[in-house]
Amino acid sequence: MSKATHSPARSIAAHAVLLTYTLIALFPVFVIVINSFKSRKAIFSSPLGLPGPETFSLIGYETVMKRGDFPLYFQNSLIVTVVSLFFVLLFGAMAAFALSEYRFKGNTLMGLYLALGIMIPIRLGTVAILQIMVASGLVNTLTALILVYTAQALPLSIFILSEFMRTVSDDLKNAGRIDGLSEYKIFFTLVLPLVRPAMATVAVFTMIPIWNDLWFPLIIAPSEATKTVTLGAQMFIGQFQTDWNGVLSALALAIVPVLVLYLIFSRQLIRGITSGAVK
Amino acid sequence: MGSLQLRSVRKSFGATEVLHDIDLDVADGEFVIFVGPSGCGKSTLLRIIAGLEDSSGGEVLIDGQKVDNVPPAKRGIAMVFQTYALYPHLTVKDNMALGLRQAKTPTEEIETRVAAASNMLSLDDYLKRRPAQLSGGQRQRVAIGRAIVREPKLFLFDEPLSNLDAALRVNTRLEIARLHRELKATMIYVTHDQVEAMTLADKIVVMNAGRIEQIGSPMELYNNPANLFVAGFIGSPQMNFLPAEALGFAGAKTIGVRPEHLNLSPEKGDWKGKVVHVEHLGADTNIYVETEKADTITVRTFGEVHQAPDSVLFVSADPKHVYRFDEAGKVIR
Ligand SMILES: Nc1ncnc2c1ncn2[C@@H]1O[C@H](COP(=O)(O)OP(=O)(O)O)[C@@H](O)[C@H]1O
Ligand SMILES: [Mg+2]
Repeated sequence: MSKATHSPARSIAAHAVLLTYTLIALFPVFVIVINSFKSRKAIFSSPLGLPGPETFSLIGYETVMKRGDFPLYFQNSLIVTVVSLFFVLLFGAMAAFALSEYRFKGNTLMGLYLALGIMIPIRLGTVAILQIMVASGLVNTLTALILVYTAQALPLSIFILSEFMRTVSDDLKNAGRIDGLSEYKIFFTLVLPLVRPAMATVAVFTMIPIWNDLWFPLIIAPSEATKTVTLGAQMFIGQFQTDWNGVLSALALAIVPVLVLYLIFSRQLIRGITSGAVK
Repeated sequence: MGSLQLRSVRKSFGATEVLHDIDLDVADGEFVIFVGPSGCGKSTLLRIIAGLEDSSGGEVLIDGQKVDNVPPAKRGIAMVFQTYALYPHLTVKDNMALGLRQAKTPTEEIETRVAAASNMLSLDDYLKRRPAQLSGGQRQRVAIGRAIVREPKLFLFDEPLSNLDAALRVNTRLEIARLHRELKATMIYVTHDQVEAMTLADKIVVMNAGRIEQIGSPMELYNNPANLFVAGFIGSPQMNFLPAEALGFAGAKTIGVRPEHLNLSPEKGDWKGKVVHVEHLGADTNIYVETEKADTITVRTFGEVHQAPDSVLFVSADPKHVYRFDEAGKVIR
């Protein structure tokens, strides 16, 4: 970082912009969290007010604990997100390595085919996916969700990761080959650590849509045993009456695990950038 | 212990052929340098010898054994790369030991070999460091150490000095020359720098556009270049090439004279011209003379020589050192 180019005025301006952005980004989260600690009346009378001695209430959290099996929903969401993430990173990185490292017939074609999914939303195939899941008996299982989410996230992650893998020094991989490392060892011990920042980026991009998804849980795994948090929170939203305390508390709780995962990956991301590759 | 034969080795990337029928014999203990301009296929050839790249035809023999289907780790070679290519997550010691560990060498044996190599390269103080904590020259020494501990039949170097600054380059060059003397190992070294080639090699292989132009000792190439390319590539400043006909040489297309084989005289000589530029290098002075009959000629004089630009001079060539080249660029002997 060059300090000389940072005049105080510019640095104040930059901070002002960033702070404004942070405030805007955090505002909805803030509103959800404060309202989840208020009584129903207070939510409607002053939606932006902080919970005070009169308005403070844990009724929403009590509802969440009483109705439905939220610990189970959390567990489902976590399993689906973490396992999908694992497969996306593993298969995405392996495919990206193959595409960027090996010359074989149809390499470019294969790359294009794998990237096609970026442009076509997977939801267009919902009916076909449902039919496949019914036929293979996977409806109402977490496996179904994991398969769908892995497929959904692979194209973009292969695309991003293969670009990064091309930047890993050929000499380093060749040095490994001469020292007798297998291609798997080269991939796992030499290449993966060097593309860790890219992996963290892909992880964050992949994780959030999976955690937030309502569509596929609703369609292919709506049973009580496989409900995810987002689906579970829907039961407080009725056609005629909505239990806002319940909804807000469920959502406030749902933020926590994503936040934890995000913190883990962003630390990886920063460490990856600062450690740097040795030329 | 380490000889190498290449038998009409070819390589194509898609439709472009980058190596055409390369034949080469390297005897045990020789220091051979591939030299040629960038993109002429030196690295590709070295990678084929190492087994990192498949050839499109021909054979590679190490110690008389065909190795075309042998993986790099089993060929008995070690390679030093331009970019050092150290493993960033391992310490200096582990960097050097990794290959031996992969080959299941006993631990005591690894210890002694690493200790010997680090002693030879003065790396003892750095064994516990990571590559990121070393300077460029130290990193390259670690890379050389990693090659030494493997005790290979064949050392392969791909432009190992290109990323170093000038002073370090000379030091490391001396170090490599010393290693070659001490280890008596066969070394194959790639560079685009003819000075490195001249100073290190027992045998130079001059390459151009995927072909071997000439093979010989440094002085053979300097004294008896086979063609225009070699004559122009070896020697600095470059050999002067002059149109033969204009200068009255029969039976040749081009004549060549090295700048150091030309004499200047104010009164008489072969070719009249005027000075256009003078370069003082300390020990030498290069004088550029625009002649009436030919183009600009470079004359290398020794010591400090003063010539004013635009002064008129006569340049004459020592007939013993005039090379004649035919239409195809081949030397006429
Ligand atoms: N993987 C590759 N794919 C296509 N062409 C390549 C590849 N590697 C090298 N080449 C081409 O082969 C030629 C020789 O390259 P290289 O051996 O690296 O040259 P040098 O080391 O002499 O500078 C160059 O023209 C280069 O563009
Ligand atoms: Mg090269």
